[in-house]
Amino acid sequence: MVSHISLLLVVVPLIAAPVVAILPRGRLPWLVAFMVAATCAVLAGMQLWAVLYEGAISYELGGWAPPWGIEYRIDAVNAFVALIVAAIAAITLPYALLSAEREIPEDKIPLFYSALLLCLTGLLGITQTGDIFNVFVFLEISSLASYALISLGRQRQAFTAAYQYLIMGTIGATFYLIGVGLIYSQTGSLNMQDLATILPGVLHLNTVETGFAFLMVGIALKLALFPLHLWLPNAYTYAPSVVTVFLAATATKVAVYVMLRILFTVFPQGFAVTTPADELFIVAGIAGIITASVYAIYQENIKRLLAYSSVAQVGYMVLGIGFASATGLTAALVHLFNHALMKGALFMAVGAIVYRVGASRMEQVHGLGRAMPWTFGAIVLGGLSLIGVPGTAGFISKWYLVSAALEQQAWISVAVILSGSLLAVVYVGKLIEALYFKPVSAAGKAVSEAPILLLLPTWTLVLANIYFGLDTDLTVGVAEKAAAILMGMTP
Amino acid sequence: MSAETLLLTILLLPLAAAAGIIITRHSPDIREGVTLLSSALVAILVVMLAVRFMDGEAFALTLIEPLPGIAIAFEIEALGMLFALVAGLLWVVTSIYAIGYMRGHNEQNQTRFYAAFAVSIAATMGIAFSANLFTLFLFYELLTLSTYPLVTHADTPEAKQGGRTYLGILLGTSIGLFLLGILVTWSLTGRVDFQSGGILSGHIDPAWAGLLYALFLFGIGKAAVMPFHRWLPAAMVAPTPVSALLHAVAVVKAGVFTLLKVTIYIFGSDFILSNDVTGGLIWVAAATILIASMVAMTKDNLKARLAYSTVSQLSYIVLGAMLASKAGLIGASMHIAMHAFAKITLFFAAGAIMVASHKKKVSELNGLGRAMPVTFVAFFIGTLSIIGLPPFGGMWSKWYLALGAVETGQLLLLAVLMISSLLNIIYLLPIPIRAFFSTPASGEHYTAIAEAPKPMLLAMVITASACVILFFYPDPFYRLAGLAAGGY
Repeated sequence: MVSHISLLLVVVPLIAAPVVAILPRGRLPWLVAFMVAATCAVLAGMQLWAVLYEGAISYELGGWAPPWGIEYRIDAVNAFVALIVAAIAAITLPYALLSAEREIPEDKIPLFYSALLLCLTGLLGITQTGDIFNVFVFLEISSLASYALISLGRQRQAFTAAYQYLIMGTIGATFYLIGVGLIYSQTGSLNMQDLATILPGVLHLNTVETGFAFLMVGIALKLALFPLHLWLPNAYTYAPSVVTVFLAATATKVAVYVMLRILFTVFPQGFAVTTPADELFIVAGIAGIITASVYAIYQENIKRLLAYSSVAQVGYMVLGIGFASATGLTAALVHLFNHALMKGALFMAVGAIVYRVGASRMEQVHGLGRAMPWTFGAIVLGGLSLIGVPGTAGFISKWYLVSAALEQQAWISVAVILSGSLLAVVYVGKLIEALYFKPVSAAGKAVSEAPILLLLPTWTLVLANIYFGLDTDLTVGVAEKAAAILMGMTP
Repeated sequence: MSAETLLLTILLLPLAAAAGIIITRHSPDIREGVTLLSSALVAILVVMLAVRFMDGEAFALTLIEPLPGIAIAFEIEALGMLFALVAGLLWVVTSIYAIGYMRGHNEQNQTRFYAAFAVSIAATMGIAFSANLFTLFLFYELLTLSTYPLVTHADTPEAKQGGRTYLGILLGTSIGLFLLGILVTWSLTGRVDFQSGGILSGHIDPAWAGLLYALFLFGIGKAAVMPFHRWLPAAMVAPTPVSALLHAVAVVKAGVFTLLKVTIYIFGSDFILSNDVTGGLIWVAAATILIASMVAMTKDNLKARLAYSTVSQLSYIVLGAMLASKAGLIGASMHIAMHAFAKITLFFAAGAIMVASHKKKVSELNGLGRAMPVTFVAFFIGTLSIIGLPPFGGMWSKWYLALGAVETGQLLLLAVLMISSLLNIIYLLPIPIRAFFSTPASGEHYTAIAEAPKPMLLAMVITASACVILFFYPDPFYRLAGLAAGGY
């Protein structure tokens, strides 16, 4: 049974997606989608457990032995990411019920859940597969689904945002595919494990180096690494709230995972150091943290503010990758998890405001914190985690990142990480001032607290932020194992 | 009750009180009852714990360990006991005062006020009993955040602006410098726990130790060392009970307390003395003492003048810490207590004046002493204690601080302390003198103005008497300070 989990994680949502699409309107599509997501979360949990205690899982699709057949290969790294994706999906879906009913036309609801499941299929598939071409396939499944999801936003700009993402995402995917092609032309293999043994012999070839560059740029576009982030703010701002929650907490995280895989598993660890890639990561990470954080301060739309903050957070993760040390990778992986928690919580809370007032512009939410104390509390606590106040998950991420920077005496990075926190103080403070200290508008006076069905998932994530700030056995423990695997320190 | 339970109760009781305050928000009398009861209980428990500690009982308690080697852990230790004793005893007095003030002043959002106040006390206790830098930092930030709603209590643009400065400076310094200092300490030694004799010796090049000390000195923004002192005057937009307990006692003392902890238990006084770690930095404290005193002279707003006086007095403690000699450390530790009782009296009086006469400026106080004799006598006593005259408690801490300066041969610093005492006289003493001996500008006599509500008077009388009692009986604080400094 255990060996089939890895396949089931992809197949269950894949089969459920068309089924959901043809279900009648009403709440049935939601129910099926929710059950699928919950099943995936349980399966992903079991998979991580199995990997941690029994070692890596290898699953041969259709019984074809690798490297000819497609292999699903699961170790602590992807089992961890798969759990994040599936768990976020399972927490997002209860939230989706009311939020989607409010923001998405009724006749599109079954299609919406269908697309959401397809997106989940793609994201989980990326984490499961051990084949770099297969990664491309799943990347496209998840991307196409997310273009559709974003375009469901109520405002007309949602189309532009989806179109922009479509263009940029396709360029990214194409770059990735070109990279895969170039590498295949020199190695004749697509299997990650197989490539790991062949590539060290052909690294001197220009074709392989070029392939590496294409792969990196393609992935960087997908994970919205500054300055390739331009699609992200619009997409997050205009997508339906629940889509923003789901994408912000999962999509970029999975792209970070792919980057880690290519950098450390497929290519021999240490290869990046011989190319300009590692310096570029650090430079892009630093520039991203500072620029995006400053941009966030000047946003007049809460969702866009948080979106820019996400770009900055990606900067932290890439910075951790750029350090190319065990601590750096641990920091990147821990932040991957923690950022999913904090942004999930924050976007959910903002979605609750949108649910009540139908807008997320600053001036339309003035003073609403008083009318919606629980939602406001979630924003405050989520914001504190984003800043990295001790006792929250965000602090753990920052602690490891700064430790990694101090290890290498990278003083500039230390200063940047800490300044990033200070800039977060400013934009979170701005949010809190708008929600609490600005006088309430006439329309705002009638606003009441969000329904319990929105608050419960939100607070689940908020409390998770606190919990994982105090007990890091799962996050740091698994991230350290995963980092060790990536660094090639364990067989 | 075991000492562990006692300590946990002291930490959790204020939090439970905050919850109780929110639950009973619809009946103000019960709500205030919750505040009074829990603060009285905390005071009793703190005294019980102090008695046990002096009897030689000691323990450490690890709650959880988020990261390997970095735990949320508590311990009782002399300096922390002293700080907890001051905060615990003054919370109950301030609660009595606050009820009179908030009702007399018809303040809004009282539930939020009392709840945030209780959480602040919990954070203060957490700081006092921290067993390592991480735990301390956790509660340090919690204290900043829980006092923010108190600073912005009035909800006016002015309050919001004050809150911005408050949060900006305190979080900016703590994240940008203090946290960096902790991380550097961690990366050098692999530990963050407080240990007598310090943990840094042998792990850091003495030439760099001064730089690390600077990270702590400026990073601990709550100590209000210039140029990071602006948050304290900004915080004066808060209601007076907040200024009295939090911004004259709990918050600022948390700052200097943290610096003392870092000095004694992270660097170690021997390490500082033998390597002259603080040789240059000590002048920052000296400059803060003098400059803040001079700024205080120019302030006509009573609370602003008191705020700058606090900035100046805090640097006495910082200076004592950086002297790192035994007398210096004893003086610094004792000044935490002595300044607390004196300054809270002054703020209580300022609040009483505001409630009774709605006057905020020093220049408007002429002749008010005859209408409010108790208030101004209390103010007078507080003033004398701040100046450091006998028979008031403030004399002892200044005595030991001066002794510390002599002991280390820093005669110039001794001069700074003396000049500052003179400046204290110049900017504080005229206030009660004006009130008693000058006539109001208009020539009228205040007949419509009477003393402030009784609870406020009671609180003032208690703290003013404490200033006198502490001159004759400073022993508990002296013993704790001596223990912290490593024996008498």
